[in-house]
Amino acid sequence: MNVELRHIQKHFGKVHANNDIVLNIPAGTIQGILGENGAGKSTLMKVLSGFIQADSGEILLDGKPVIIHSPADAIKHGIGMLHQDPLDFPPMRLLDNFLLGRSGGLFPDRKAVARDIHDLAVQFDFSLDPEAYVDSLTVGERQQLEILRLLWLGARVLILDEPTTGISASQKDKLFETLHKLAKQGITIIFVSHKLEDVEVLCHKVAVLMGGKLVGEAAAPFNAKKLVEMMFGKEISLGARHPLKPGAKVLELRGLSVEDVRLRLTDINLDVHAGEVIGLAGMEGSGQGPFVRACSGMLRPVNGRVLISGHDLTGKSYHTFKQSGVSFLPASRMEEGLVPGLTLTEHFVLAEETQGLFVDRDKGNKLAEQRIASFNIRGTPASTVESLSGGNQQRALLALLRTPLSLILLEHPTRGLDIESTIYICSKLKERCQQGTSILFVSSDLEEILQYSDRVLVFFSGKVTPPLDAASLTTEKLGELIGGIGWTKLNSGKSA
Amino acid sequence: MKKNIWINIGFQVGALVLALLITTLILIAAGAPPLKAYGSILSGAFGSKNNLVAVLITWSPLLLTTAGVLITFSAGLWNIGVEGQMVLGAIFATWMLRLLQDTSMPPVLIIILGILFGMIGGALWAALAGALKTFGGVNEIFGGLGLNFVATALTIYLVFGPWKRPGVGSMSGTQPFDEKLWLPTWSNTGLSFWALGISIAVVVIVYLLLRGTYFGLRLKAVGRNMKAAFLLGVPTWQYSMFSFLLCGAFAGLAGAIQVTAVYHRLLPNISNGYGFLGLLVAMLINYQAIWVLPIAFFFAALNVGSVQLQIVYKMDSSFAGVLQDLLVLLVLLGQGVRERLMKKA
Repeated sequence: MNVELRHIQKHFGKVHANNDIVLNIPAGTIQGILGENGAGKSTLMKVLSGFIQADSGEILLDGKPVIIHSPADAIKHGIGMLHQDPLDFPPMRLLDNFLLGRSGGLFPDRKAVARDIHDLAVQFDFSLDPEAYVDSLTVGERQQLEILRLLWLGARVLILDEPTTGISASQKDKLFETLHKLAKQGITIIFVSHKLEDVEVLCHKVAVLMGGKLVGEAAAPFNAKKLVEMMFGKEISLGARHPLKPGAKVLELRGLSVEDVRLRLTDINLDVHAGEVIGLAGMEGSGQGPFVRACSGMLRPVNGRVLISGHDLTGKSYHTFKQSGVSFLPASRMEEGLVPGLTLTEHFVLAEETQGLFVDRDKGNKLAEQRIASFNIRGTPASTVESLSGGNQQRALLALLRTPLSLILLEHPTRGLDIESTIYICSKLKERCQQGTSILFVSSDLEEILQYSDRVLVFFSGKVTPPLDAASLTTEKLGELIGGIGWTKLNSGKSA
Repeated sequence: MKKNIWINIGFQVGALVLALLITTLILIAAGAPPLKAYGSILSGAFGSKNNLVAVLITWSPLLLTTAGVLITFSAGLWNIGVEGQMVLGAIFATWMLRLLQDTSMPPVLIIILGILFGMIGGALWAALAGALKTFGGVNEIFGGLGLNFVATALTIYLVFGPWKRPGVGSMSGTQPFDEKLWLPTWSNTGLSFWALGISIAVVVIVYLLLRGTYFGLRLKAVGRNMKAAFLLGVPTWQYSMFSFLLCGAFAGLAGAIQVTAVYHRLLPNISNGYGFLGLLVAMLINYQAIWVLPIAFFFAALNVGSVQLQIVYKMDSSFAGVLQDLLVLLVLLGQGVRERLMKKA
């Protein structure tokens, strides 16, 4: 189906989220939409899929102007959207998920639908069992399920919002293969991403948004450098690694064992020196979460000792660890890190040492202004945290860290952020390292781990490698370890 | 920003007008001439010195319960149990007075001890709801509601059992205390300037506490995101518990005042719904402590004034409750509608 967007305008209060966007996408094209966070990608896709209405402008499908009132309306017109977080019903069977989206009689024909699912799955070489429960699927499989469901509902245009976040490399290959197949069948694919490398290998053409405007279009093959320039209006390069001058021991783990409901890690020994960065790699849920929580006193270890700057703090509370200069930044920013409804000033005041009974508002505001400037947060002291974009929330979270600190533990510090925010946050963390703070960070981005770590721990189903020198690792080697390959060779030395 | 304030006021006034409109319809349906009925509420509240005194007597406990629940609301807690906490305040105050009334202790000291003990009683009852919530995972609404029933049952047991009047127990309560154990009141009306002064002081303290202190800010953080507050270094469950204790102490103070200043004995219905009414006031003022004084006064006036309806038109005095509930409901509805419209715009 041909999709034409004509002069789409959308305001949110003072923010001009979409400014006169004109875009033509012929049937069978894989169209990439690139842009940093807050560039207006999501808004444009929400307009096209009926979640919100544009202030003005037209949408034409196969040349006919249409007005899309709701997501249900969009699918009637043949537009299906695949969300970043799958919008399915985990405790239900695949089959029921299919049936839910369709209007029909009182008694749906389950057999016919199961057959449809099977036929579609075969066509794309997916192995999905209609009678399985959705919560037994991986993120990648849920994506496959959602694609099938949208096609089954008659989608001729598929919108994918950041679909490569959280899926494995093989699932990504499979996804791209499927998208190519679909495009050959005349289905229009719109691929929204801030990952250049994905867009490069997949898309036929790409449109770049910046500050709500369409700033450029390009067709394959792409010039990556040019695309980056279009996205950010400037060239950006990753910083170089600084050689480590090891200092005093900040964190010592002695025979540490931790467990949560799913798995148990046993007998971990590790010394982390001042200024050192340790990357924690592994598939999500391989034990990194309990590990960093045990290092910060949020989770009581089953066995072993945790020493911070030489003091045994095993079994002490997070607040005791905090007083010893340990800070933990969780993956879910709004759920665990920030307090919705409170302003930036209030956050900074909360994070600092209490002084007397009454809060000094002026001092708080001054502190906030100072931090906002030095962390380049787009917001004011009176902004509530939920009004900030994801990247700015992450900057705010970093700005909340006290100085000095001996150890910072982070979970996915750059997840969902655009390149500019990512680089900024990493540079801020590196500044901390140079001041002697050690950093442990969990990430699923292999290149990020290799780029910034001095040493790496790999987690795989309850096992942890001894610390590996990052300089001696490659992404391939790391990828193998994460997948459980090559572990036998490692068993020579356990501690460092 | 300025425009927003006017839109806000517009919605509040709209809700008030709508509430009056609906109550007018109810009055007509009940066969009372609406204008005259409103007139009689007004004169019932402000028509005579005695009526005005009655309004002030009602105002005092309402201020205390509202101030209390503002603290628990800040911590993100629905302390429905405030009603029972007030009852326990009354029971504990009565208990202390009964224990000491025949001793040679100076009466002033007995009254002070009674009031303090009442506050402790309220705080203990609140601590129970808080502990159920914090350590037992029982939602504070269910815990509070259950404890309210227990508090009522306990009062009735005491009034008809161990503390019954000489002879036979009755709904009119325990044997009144000797006059020397009464909180000094204004020309024997039950209006104690001590009680009123303390209540207003409590409102001011709560206002300052929530507005400008580290305590208030941390409480707010706990109420809005417990996990994040914890990571920011706030001792979270301790703050939750403490908010319960404070609220319970203020509710207990309200109950103790009912005993020492107004009734001079324990009655089965001593809390008179002031705890629930405090929740309503807090919701109506959108948890802004600065509005407690006038709105609580307005509600107290409605409560007292509608007694007149009963006398003149044989209508139930719960009419005040109808108007108050409608008002809160419509103001909340107005806020919801306004937010929806703002989002669209």
